[in-house]
Amino acid sequence: MNPNLKWKASFILGVILICIFFIFGLPTFPTSLAQIKDNFTRQIKLGLDLQGGTHLILQVQVQEAIAQETDQTVDRLTTQMRTKGIRYDEVRRVDDTHIVVRNVPSDQVSQFRDLVHDQFELNWELSSAPGEVNASLLTLRPSAISRIQETTMSQSLETIERRINALGLTEPTIQPHGRKENEILVQLPGEGDPARAKQVIQAGGQLELKLVEDPNPYPSEAAALAAHGGILPPGTEIVRGRNDTRTQDSQNSAENWYVLSRTPVVTGRDLRSATESRNTEMPGQWQINFVLSGEAARRFGPFTEQNRGRQMAIVLEKKVYSAPVIQSRIEDSGRIDGNFSQESAHDLALVLRAGALPASIKYLEERTVGPSLGADSIRHGVRASILSLLVVMVFMVFYYRLSGVNAVLALILNLVILLAALAMFGAVLTLPGIAGVILTIGMGVDSNVLVFERIREESRNGKSSSAAVEAGFSKAFLTIIDTHVTTVVSAFFLFIFGTGPIRGFAVTLTIGLIANVFTAIFVSKTIFQYHLTKMDRQAEISI
Amino acid sequence: MIEIFKQPNLDWMGKAKFFFTLSGLLLLIGWSAIFLKGGIKYGIDFRGGTNVDVRFAHPPNVDQLRASLQRQGLGNSEIQGVSDIANPNSNEVLIFVEQVGQGDQALDESKAKVLTALDATYGVEGTGKADFNAVTPSALANALSQKDPLGLSVNAGDKYQQIAKNLLTFRDTDKNGVLSSLDELSKVEGATPAVLSAIKDTYSLAPFTIRNVEIVGPKVGGELRNQAIRVTLYALAGMLLYIAFRFEWVYGAAAVIAVFHDVLITLGLFKVFGFEISLTVIAALLTLVGYSMNDTIVIFDRIRENSRLLRKEPFADVVNKSINQTLSRTILTSGLTFLTVLVLFLMGGQVLRAFSFALVVGIVVGTYSSFGIAAPLVVAWNRWRGQGVAAGTGTAAGNRPKGNGSGQPRLAPAGRR
Repeated sequence: MNPNLKWKASFILGVILICIFFIFGLPTFPTSLAQIKDNFTRQIKLGLDLQGGTHLILQVQVQEAIAQETDQTVDRLTTQMRTKGIRYDEVRRVDDTHIVVRNVPSDQVSQFRDLVHDQFELNWELSSAPGEVNASLLTLRPSAISRIQETTMSQSLETIERRINALGLTEPTIQPHGRKENEILVQLPGEGDPARAKQVIQAGGQLELKLVEDPNPYPSEAAALAAHGGILPPGTEIVRGRNDTRTQDSQNSAENWYVLSRTPVVTGRDLRSATESRNTEMPGQWQINFVLSGEAARRFGPFTEQNRGRQMAIVLEKKVYSAPVIQSRIEDSGRIDGNFSQESAHDLALVLRAGALPASIKYLEERTVGPSLGADSIRHGVRASILSLLVVMVFMVFYYRLSGVNAVLALILNLVILLAALAMFGAVLTLPGIAGVILTIGMGVDSNVLVFERIREESRNGKSSSAAVEAGFSKAFLTIIDTHVTTVVSAFFLFIFGTGPIRGFAVTLTIGLIANVFTAIFVSKTIFQYHLTKMDRQAEISI
Repeated sequence: MIEIFKQPNLDWMGKAKFFFTLSGLLLLIGWSAIFLKGGIKYGIDFRGGTNVDVRFAHPPNVDQLRASLQRQGLGNSEIQGVSDIANPNSNEVLIFVEQVGQGDQALDESKAKVLTALDATYGVEGTGKADFNAVTPSALANALSQKDPLGLSVNAGDKYQQIAKNLLTFRDTDKNGVLSSLDELSKVEGATPAVLSAIKDTYSLAPFTIRNVEIVGPKVGGELRNQAIRVTLYALAGMLLYIAFRFEWVYGAAAVIAVFHDVLITLGLFKVFGFEISLTVIAALLTLVGYSMNDTIVIFDRIRENSRLLRKEPFADVVNKSINQTLSRTILTSGLTFLTVLVLFLMGGQVLRAFSFALVVGIVVGTYSSFGIAAPLVVAWNRWRGQGVAAGTGTAAGNRPKGNGSGQPRLAPAGRR
């Protein structure tokens, strides 16, 4: 064998070994057959459509965060104007990004301007309101809007990620989705029922502790109002009790309405931790224990001291979970009872820990693939791939004889490289991905057929075997490059602009095509060359 | 040597008119179906709505199912049976419910209604037990750990997780997702009588399982549709540029027109055969674009090579010769690729059905369009341009003036020099 050929052969061998290592040899070097199998399933990751699971696309309502900023600014502006003694008729929110201020006396206008300039310059632009006399318009700057959008998105992503991670599912994906900057993709492999995950994501997580102003709960809102002569005492509100649907007990399902103080003593922000534990008084039920931060505890201690004997409502998501009587001074810890199961107590605790979402969310898409459909798809996909591979191989060997064997070797190596690349890049194999593999088989054969037909043509024109092989490869080379580049160009666009299944398809197709250039040209030619050195110079090549 | 064609010598360009007529006819059939029968049929990805895929243990009574859906106010839902050659008695049904309203109501309202309807008709009533056909591995492992039928206290979690996994793998792989009796589980490794009785205490069996649920909001549908069209156009433009760069712009344009023709014909046939356009089908259409392009380039490449060798022959003859020379390759490759996608179509399962149909059609049409549309277009343009040259309006751009012995003007593509 000539040294050039030796070098090529060892290069190919090296590629094969590296590929096999990527497919079977990671993460731990295998020492048993079971480990090899384990490594394989770990390295070749299956998409949701193949292993089953839940796919959610949610939209963060960033507009809410913007509206909130405007509301807060109205609040702040009025307080500031009052303390500075600037008179006005009206400070009102026009829409989500505009505030109008009416009738500031002309001698105070410059003072008003300075106030806005000093305090609100960063986010707000001041101008006179169009079509109105003596009114100013504050407009939220575009830069501020995009800043609010950005922080809302990143906070939402973080919060959702913390909540989902705490559910303890295997390898969830939480990432921004699409190019519209307000969508989030959540993928939960192996989780067939999205209800629990959705509940955890959706939960607002707003915890408030409020003093109960009237010790009697009422069966309806109207009854509560009537008991106070139709007008609520100032600084109070009526809040509905949590109607526990989990217990079908008819006595418990009666509604309760409470009259509570409007301002909370403690909110979710004051929590240091929240954990679930078994309820010691009611066996079989669970409770949530929470610990307050130091600063909140300094407020809470004196407060409970003062209000001993009164009721304290634990309000979550605008619903009263329980309203226990304050027995003694409480420093920094408390608990929430509420007929929880272990799962619901766990989920609630984690929502409390993870904090509230900055804006509410809406679901745009929900897809659940049951595990049996996934298993079915794998079975069908693999069976179809193997069958088509066999058909192609048998035909190639039948039609091109020994050269056909060459093509079959190249084809197998092509698939090995494809799998190794998937493992190396951590790419996910989806159903359209398998289709991409099948197409790769088709295009791989095409390259071989192109070369072989060319070799046949050249030998028909009277060239010797080795000259025909040489000419066949060099003439087919440009065609193969052209066809592959065009397909890779389209796959590239699919990858950049496509979503979900289209991307998975583009990935396998691109890898397969690149591998094919290597196997159908370099490897196949090396095998031919090796074969030619072994055989009689005058003999005809088997093609 | 086995050969399909020994030196074929067919006049392809002479039949150009026939090819154009054939294409026109195919386009007419497909697109009149589209225009007369309510437009392209979009799948859930593009129109939004709720799709629930249910597999039953026994053949379902569709009328009964429809009646119970009607009771939930889903009277206009579509019910469609699913089966294929590999699995003729799948007892599987697809229920599609159109998105109700554009408002803010919960996205999964229709899903909940479909599930209620199924439960009311086939569900386990009154037992208060969960459905084993719907249980997830983690929930089953939890339930088993709590019951602890094997009396393990240490490491119970791991052991029960393993058992739960075995049981559900059996349910999903061996039994296709639906058990008809809990006793079937006794064959599974680790399912001792104690475990089995614990399962029977906790679970009952509904005679169906939900295989797949897709819910797509209406806004997303429209966006996805626009995106898909954009991606296709970008991909086409990218290929046009590459071919224009490698060959000449006429070749690029001809190839892109041919590919466009393939996509249009395939879309028409989709309508005729009642398949829906989904996201995966878009992937298939783009594959067919790549494949057809591939085929066209092989022929163009030969034309480029031959026009340097055979400068004296009329351009149409050069093209004929090129097609004939590459014919056995074309037949072989297309035949083999056709076989692979045919296997996929017949055996790939229902998820890939529409996808592989697009490829089956696309490979035939894509192969045909290379010699039937793309090459004749180049020849036709060349002839039109050539007449211009003969009339003395100047030389073709990007083309070297050549001595034409026959006096027949023609355009040779640029390429390797």
